[in-house]
Amino acid sequence: MKILPKHSLKAWVERLRATHRVVAPRETYGQYIFEEIENADDLVLDYHSSVLPPKKYLLPPREDLFAFNAKTMEMSPLIEEIQPTVIMALHTCDLHAITLLDKIQGTGHTDQHYQARRRKTTLVSIECLKPCMDHAFCKSMGTLAVPEGFDVHLTDLGDRYAVEIGSEQGEQLIEGLSLFWEPVEADYDRANQVMAGKWPNFDYRLDCDVTDLPDLLAASQDSALWDEVGDTCLACGQCTKVCPTCYCFDVLDEIDLKLEHGKRVRVWDSCLIEKFAVVAGGHNFRSSQARRLRHRFLRKGKYQYESYGLLGCVGCGRCALSCPAHITPIGLLNTLAQRRRPATEEASSRS
Amino acid sequence: MTTLLRETLTNSSIYMPTPARIVEVEQFTAVEKWFHLELPSGFTIAHKPGQFVEVSILGIGEAPISICSSPARSNGSFELCVRRVGKLTDALHRLDVGSMIAVRGPFGHGFPIDRFHGKDIIFIAGGLGLAPLRSLITEVLDERGKYGRVALLYGARTPNDFLFPADLAAWADREDVECHVTVDRPSEGWEGPVGVITTLLPKVKFPARNTVVAIVGPPVMYRFVLDELLAAGIAEGNIWLSFERQMKCGVGKCGHCQMHHIYTCQQGPVLSYAEVKNLEEALS
Ligand SMILES: Cc1cc2nc3c(=O)[nH]c(=O)nc-3n(C[C@H](O)[C@H](O)[C@H](O)COP(=O)(O)OP(=O)(O)OC[C@H]3O[C@@H](n4cnc5c(N)ncnc54)[C@H](O)[C@@H]3O)c2cc1C
Ligand code: SF4
Ligand code: SF4
Ligand code: FES
Repeated sequence: MKILPKHSLKAWVERLRATHRVVAPRETYGQYIFEEIENADDLVLDYHSSVLPPKKYLLPPREDLFAFNAKTMEMSPLIEEIQPTVIMALHTCDLHAITLLDKIQGTGHTDQHYQARRRKTTLVSIECLKPCMDHAFCKSMGTLAVPEGFDVHLTDLGDRYAVEIGSEQGEQLIEGLSLFWEPVEADYDRANQVMAGKWPNFDYRLDCDVTDLPDLLAASQDSALWDEVGDTCLACGQCTKVCPTCYCFDVLDEIDLKLEHGKRVRVWDSCLIEKFAVVAGGHNFRSSQARRLRHRFLRKGKYQYESYGLLGCVGCGRCALSCPAHITPIGLLNTLAQRRRPATEEASSRS
Repeated sequence: MTTLLRETLTNSSIYMPTPARIVEVEQFTAVEKWFHLELPSGFTIAHKPGQFVEVSILGIGEAPISICSSPARSNGSFELCVRRVGKLTDALHRLDVGSMIAVRGPFGHGFPIDRFHGKDIIFIAGGLGLAPLRSLITEVLDERGKYGRVALLYGARTPNDFLFPADLAAWADREDVECHVTVDRPSEGWEGPVGVITTLLPKVKFPARNTVVAIVGPPVMYRFVLDELLAAGIAEGNIWLSFERQMKCGVGKCGHCQMHHIYTCQQGPVLSYAEVKNLEEALS
């Protein structure tokens, strides 16, 4: 652990800006967005969840894959080498989401486009001491603590930050800087106090244990709830755009008017949109909004866990906040849990 | 020789394809064409029967297409059979001999051919399903001695919809292959069977215990064929099916091909009935 006095924070950020692009939450019209900061004064460390998650810096909404000449068949990959970037003040849920993205993009055939951005990105997270918004359910999802392999993590101790370093990349961000002090006994005590004091500020929002989610969802296949909720879903895809763990994409070709020079690009896509799974002949294996919604939730709470050992939802609550139909993961999962309970209780009282 | 897959995966972008030249084209039906393609010299496709490539026409897009040639016969070249249904396939149908396309792959798992050794085999193809199956059929026939009895059941909409007519004739002539075809609707002069593909099943009497079945066809066909095969006592793990899903990447990243927890592009497209029987989205 190191100590960074709060009055030195700006100086640190300015030092980082000399060598890095610094991205941080900024306030605009009462909302927060991750954006490059041009002045350390723009920095906000105490913010409620950002509109879009920081994934936009690792998997941008639109990304070039390669350029081509359709006449000569010449092709060249367009791997955007970004300048070294620090993303500041990530909430721990967003950090967990990036851990998941790392795993997915690095499993099997490595996605070099993601890797190129990720390699140049260092993550500075901040301990959440109180819930950032009503919709968040990070405590239930187990994402209220930093995942392993973080780079730099800050905890607000009042007039100073406790600074933990989790990686070599993190080490480099503070290396040789006299802004950081060695902690004294009282700093450790204070840090422990703050950590102990934070947990009661958060509620468990999920009615079942997070480890039960895959089973709960497996048992929900035929639940009527999907139809009930599916009826209200507008298929707008908003929930997937704002989700820090969603990464599905569509692939498009763009070409000039002479049909010669072009690019293949990928753009964010959403499994909530009707045409996502349509195949030739018009057959759709997820033919109703209910099935599409069910797929999204099973993917988050079951399939991702089976494939990658990590849940696909980190409880950030963004989808709940942004859904025009007021569909929320907590509402949905808790209803599933409630509806299952009488059946199980009955079964156990019989036995 | 560089295998195409290695080239695809060691490219600085896994999404960038390798050019291939069209060296031969044959129009099978009003909407289906066969293409013989040649890779740049020094390249081999090294596929397994049932695998697919992502086919690109630069400026138009990409689509997954099964390789329909036998692994043994494909080397620096391979074959595709394509139905014209939309953007990419329209454009492909307009290309002539000499034109260039581009490919990535081969992707996915093909048929587990080792598990077919020593067994009786029933191939069941519906319509365009004969294309992916042809890579397996030719592989089996090229090494005929490794297998027991072999039957092919093939159903097309009308007699004018038969694919690979020359192959069909050659297979029908062989003593060591039982060939049965049927059409949904007969046309003038058709004397063969009329009816859905399941009507052909009673014609093959193989011992259930030693039989493996490879099925490729439209989704509606699977349900009916499966019911009959299971009723006949074929083991769930001996029934192999190829699944068609929308595919944008082929490498398990874009999410389009997901069938429950299975990424069809990587863990499929060929899966056994045992693996999918509980996955409601697989068959309906
Ligand atoms: C593993 C695998 C192997 C395959 N092998 C072969 C093969 O050997 N030969 C072959 O011909 N095909 C094969 N296919 C199918 C082939 O990939 C598709 O037919 C192809 O993607 C069509 O591409 P396209 O650009 O021509 O059509 P698109 O323009 O993408 O349209 C394709 C079809 O999708 C449907 N569709 C698209 N968008 C919508 C929408 N918004 N709403 C409703 N319907 C829509 C339509 O029915 C349309 O006919 C295979 C597919 C898979 C997954
Ligand atoms: S599903 Fe909703 S709550 Fe879960 S990570 Fe995505 S946006 Fe956040
Ligand atoms: S944001 Fe809400 S309405 Fe829109 S697709 Fe998602 S669940 Fe449906
Ligand atoms: S085709 Fe993209 S995940 Fe399978």
